[in-house]
Amino acid sequence: MAKLVYNKDGRLLFTKEMRKEYTILFPMMAEIHFNILKEVFNNFNYHAELLTSTGPEIAQTGLKYVHNDTCYPAILTIGQLINAVQSGKYDIHKIALLITQTGGGCRASNYIHLLRKALKRAGLEFIPVISLNLSGLEKNPGFKLSIKFIRLAVAGLIYGDALMMFKNQCEPYEKEKGTTDKLVEKWSNYFIEKLKASKDKSLKKIRKNIINVAQDFANIECIRTPKLKVGIVGEIYVKYSPLGNNSLEKFLKEQDCEINVPGILGFILFKIDNRIEDNKLYGGGKIKKLFCKILMSYCLKAEKILIDVTNKYDVFYNYSPYYHLKSLVKDVVGYGDKMGEGWLLTAEMMELTESGYGNIVCTQPFGCLPNHINGKGMIRRINELMPNANIVAVDYDAGAVKVNQENRIKLMLSIGREKLQIKN
Amino acid sequence: MKKIGLDIGSTTIKCVVLNEEEKIIYSSYERHFSLIAKKIEELLSFLKTNILKENENVKIALSGSAGMGIAEASSFPFIQEVYATRIATLRLEEKTDVIIELGGEDAKILFLNNGVEVRMNGTCAGGTGAFIDQMASLLGVDISKINDLAKEKEKIYTIASRCGVFAKSDIQPLLNQGARKQDIAASILYAVVNQTIAGLAQGREIKGNVLYLGGPLTFLEELRKAFDDVLNTKGKCPENSLYYVALGAAYAADKVMDLSTLLINVKNYSSTSNFAYQKPLFETKEDYEKFLLRHEKHKVETLSLQEYSGPCYLGIDAGSTTIKLVLIDENKNIRYSKYMSNSGNPVPLIKKELETIYNLKPDIKIVSSAATGYGEEIIKSAFQIDFGIVETIAHFVAAKKFMPNVDFVIDIGGQDIKCFKIHNQAIDNIFLNEACSSGCGSFLQTFASSLGYNIEDFANLGLFSKKPVDLGSRCTVFMNSAVKQAQKDGASIEDISAGLSRAVVKNALYKVIRASSVDDLGKNIVVQGGTFLNNAVLRAFEMELKIDVVRPNISGLMGAYGAALYALTMQEGKSNLITLEGLKSFKHEIKVANCKLCQNNCHLTINKFSNGKQYIGGNRCERPITKKEQNGDLNLYSYKQNLFDKMIKSVHHGKRGKIGIPLGLNMYELLPFWKTLFEELDFEVVVSPFSNRKLYLEGQATIPSDTVCFPAKLIHGHIINLINQGVKIIFYPCMSYNIDEKKSDNHYNCPVVAYYPEVINANVKNLKRENVIFIKDYVGLHRKNNFTKKFTLVLKKYFSNISENKVKKATKKAYKALDDYKEKISLKGDEIIAKARSEKKQIFVLAGRPYHLDPETNHGIDKMISTFDVAIVSEDVIAKKVKKKIKVHTLNQWTYHSRLYLAASYVCNQEDMNLIHLVSFGCGVDAITSDEIRDILEKKKKIYTQIKIDEITNLGAVKIRIRSLLSALKERKSN
Repeated sequence: MAKLVYNKDGRLLFTKEMRKEYTILFPMMAEIHFNILKEVFNNFNYHAELLTSTGPEIAQTGLKYVHNDTCYPAILTIGQLINAVQSGKYDIHKIALLITQTGGGCRASNYIHLLRKALKRAGLEFIPVISLNLSGLEKNPGFKLSIKFIRLAVAGLIYGDALMMFKNQCEPYEKEKGTTDKLVEKWSNYFIEKLKASKDKSLKKIRKNIINVAQDFANIECIRTPKLKVGIVGEIYVKYSPLGNNSLEKFLKEQDCEINVPGILGFILFKIDNRIEDNKLYGGGKIKKLFCKILMSYCLKAEKILIDVTNKYDVFYNYSPYYHLKSLVKDVVGYGDKMGEGWLLTAEMMELTESGYGNIVCTQPFGCLPNHINGKGMIRRINELMPNANIVAVDYDAGAVKVNQENRIKLMLSIGREKLQIKN
Repeated sequence: MKKIGLDIGSTTIKCVVLNEEEKIIYSSYERHFSLIAKKIEELLSFLKTNILKENENVKIALSGSAGMGIAEASSFPFIQEVYATRIATLRLEEKTDVIIELGGEDAKILFLNNGVEVRMNGTCAGGTGAFIDQMASLLGVDISKINDLAKEKEKIYTIASRCGVFAKSDIQPLLNQGARKQDIAASILYAVVNQTIAGLAQGREIKGNVLYLGGPLTFLEELRKAFDDVLNTKGKCPENSLYYVALGAAYAADKVMDLSTLLINVKNYSSTSNFAYQKPLFETKEDYEKFLLRHEKHKVETLSLQEYSGPCYLGIDAGSTTIKLVLIDENKNIRYSKYMSNSGNPVPLIKKELETIYNLKPDIKIVSSAATGYGEEIIKSAFQIDFGIVETIAHFVAAKKFMPNVDFVIDIGGQDIKCFKIHNQAIDNIFLNEACSSGCGSFLQTFASSLGYNIEDFANLGLFSKKPVDLGSRCTVFMNSAVKQAQKDGASIEDISAGLSRAVVKNALYKVIRASSVDDLGKNIVVQGGTFLNNAVLRAFEMELKIDVVRPNISGLMGAYGAALYALTMQEGKSNLITLEGLKSFKHEIKVANCKLCQNNCHLTINKFSNGKQYIGGNRCERPITKKEQNGDLNLYSYKQNLFDKMIKSVHHGKRGKIGIPLGLNMYELLPFWKTLFEELDFEVVVSPFSNRKLYLEGQATIPSDTVCFPAKLIHGHIINLINQGVKIIFYPCMSYNIDEKKSDNHYNCPVVAYYPEVINANVKNLKRENVIFIKDYVGLHRKNNFTKKFTLVLKKYFSNISENKVKKATKKAYKALDDYKEKISLKGDEIIAKARSEKKQIFVLAGRPYHLDPETNHGIDKMISTFDVAIVSEDVIAKKVKKKIKVHTLNQWTYHSRLYLAASYVCNQEDMNLIHLVSFGCGVDAITSDEIRDILEKKKKIYTQIKIDEITNLGAVKIRIRSLLSALKERKSN
């Protein structure tokens, strides 16, 4: 069994030895993306397992071990991890937990510490916790991000974004129910196989694959009677995770809507760009800036693929470039507003409205700090600038009641429907 | 064709039937007690036989949040209720500009002109009508009486408007202080008004023709008047104001439906039983009996009073919702006891009990008496009780009687949860709930009575439930909604009863104590308080912790019993207690007044008794009683406030004209910097004043997020204040980063402090209307070397003739001014510490953020604590004493919060220092820091005390906390 090694601050490390023996568990967020991304780990000889558990006991476990006033995503992700550890499914001396850390000024950077505290409370402090981040926080001898890893991850994200986007635009209209889902599954499996073998990560390959995916989805037989178009934005976890947002996507589909959920790539671009903006606003070192610019330009090239491909199809929504989103908020919020989803959240609402998805659910964990500013705080300004915007802000929390959430969303949908009728 | 509209709200069901001309031919309004399907069925059958012709087809639509599930399952057309309101209004009251509609659980505002906007309250503010209901039961009157009472108001008290739980925390102590019910009733209605406006206006002004709809606004004329008053308008409550939603549904109904089919659908509708549930409390009857047997052992005998002629000892616990009174003999047996609801005024109730005792046993020898609880002071003054004892100590004394080696006591009363650890026979650590989890016990009671049960029967219903509902544990407002949802999902009364018992326990364990296992508490646990009289709650507690505990048979009387025991130990041979004669001529007069001795402007209630004694409630400091100004020598908060006061008042006339700075959030530290900088650049800096209630109210309509912290909400008022002063340029910059004090991993501001200027910019319309230049650019004080250059660029955007050189000079002075300010307070801090030490006084580090200096934010807590003859310093000066970074188990990335860790670690090594952590409600960052600060302190055996503050102005609970802390410290010392 691997020896427990601590660094000088007393943090339990994930060692090279553990890399061989241990299974790394990580919590679910966006289903399509994470299913593909988990293969990136396996490609590096990690044994990674994505947790797909659901049910009320996840939140209950979270509430038991995490300060109850912490944001809901922390309660759920930590709840899901501890719940898995305590499930009896694993040899608890041969697992490690992985959690992301953005390094920004919001609470999310602290999830990893809350997880460690929770483990301690549960008497499980011998389980190593790995931080996944791009800020150089918390290094581990057994877990290193390489350029290859980053390229594979970027490829995985783009594949995920593309599949999610095409799915959302075909599924509501498909003639034969289930066609779209089958395609999503087919392509997900394809990418899983490729990434597992460390293939198809080059931009060239990505382009080729996205073209094929687009064509495949465009071929689905659809009846495109106009449906209410609804955008979903918000704090990243509750925005994507059905566990966090009470299966919002499913609910909206049942309400006969077409949904549009902006992708993860935009968020990554935003996080890299923040460092460049900080540099502009306050001054700072050149090397960091250079590194960010290289990474940024790589991601932008990847983004361009999505733009080029979707622009070719009339039936698909035209993917908006990151810099376009950025220009939309120019006179609304400052670019220094970077914590959490920062100005990007406001920009996404404006971009969705501009593209015909002005009926928007702005999701946030109850008491989410950045959302006070960029979500709820900006709605009235957006309404002023874009009368077509029809935004409802919904709080998610362990104690919040689904009926109340759905009732508010239905109100937004009623107004949207009325506007749709007037337009037709 | 006739049209039917149904509106199924959270508590009532409304129905209208329209004839072919769309005139109302039938309408009804009744409570549904959550039996929704049954009520709809009854209603439709009634309509079918009495209103409609045989086999007549109709158009029907259903609306209302509680109707959503059944509409879907039984194929009724569904119209969202706010939308329905709008349809009806456009038809009936087309000139309306704004609709305000209050229901049982929801509040809504609709703006109809210049861009339709509709708003519903968020999660936190749930329960409008339900809130008034609850408050009425707190006052012991029915809801229509609230209106009558409010008519006779003389003054309005400030009642927190964030949510029902918070409001209750303000009202309860008012009742206990003896405030007039008339004034409280009116204040409740004003709280509803403020809650609605603060939560829903979100930057849009409510003006023009206002329409009032829904139950509370229809039934309570005084509520409408309160809205009129606050909005400065004259709203209209139209005919059929109860039925607008139902009418809207009827107007919108366009699908022809066969009523018979619908009836069959409704009949067949059985909800899904699709709710989250937990393990049953008892699997078998046998388990239950074993459980009962085990708990029967822990008891005190109650014996006859008449047959006893020895000395007696009286204990009174005047709690927040109940009064407990115990008379014991010299062997500590109970000779008389009473447990009663305090119905808003404890004085007459206790008077009656004393009379009863004297009448039962005219020759009684009461040798000693003691009082405890919220109402301790008023009771002491009224009846000449000999001793006062802090609640926690009273409970501890009583617990020891049942379990001499007790090491943990938890008391769940009506309003409060109190827990404490015992180490070496002394109270070692105290946990008291903050506002959010208050009222759990009385919620159980109110809920039971709303269903027509008494609390005991209701709790017992849950004992054998197979599927106790999971109701969450955040607060009673959330629980209330969760219950309603569960009912809709088919949970039985039994399941809900069991679920509530578990929710109360979980709230206590995971929110108040923050324990995840029994190891965090102790091995020998005594549970008490009225709520634990319920076997269901007791069982839930034992299940959650997996340990057997002791529950005394007088669980609900423990505070009073402890007081009686205390009276017994402290006896001096003769009691001053009021005599029967004294009771006969007993008089109690209440007057209300506003203390004008300082900027806190406390609302005082002055109680005068016939014995010449008086008791003043509502005060924060001793000034209104002693008439002497408080000695601010040992209070660093006072000193800092004085420094800021000087800064606000010092005027430097500059050629460039006025520039305004709002005094809030980080400006409470950075003001010396910015004021100096702009004055050096030849501006006249206008600083907004310290916050007060009026200033807050002026800005509340522009707050977009009702769950943000109170200090942030106050900024809105400051901006309005500056605009009203005629300032045309306001400077309030965004700051991601704070100054790096080199003792943390990073040096961020929290997102709210960092970016609140963005919220102001986007939501305070007056800025644009008054052509104010609002400078909210991003600045980085943390990079001193880059600052001049970057800031010059910012200034050049707005002003001409600003040279980098000038800015450089000004910046240098500004940094120096900031350093000077910090140095000044550090020196003063040291002086206070030295003085306190020479006078052997306790030193409290009141550890918050710089903005907790604001009197409206801290509610005068510093002054209140000062009355206990202790010294007060702030976290910043203490943090400075730690010279290097300390290791913490969080990502230590916020400058303000890193000071808290440092201050805590410093306090650990100072015998005469203790830390009180001030937390603003909604401070997400403190959810992370508070556990860590507690760990730092507890590792060194220090007591962690947290005070959560918001709009709530009443300091009753805080006082008890401080007193408990002080007495725990005293006991520790004597050990």
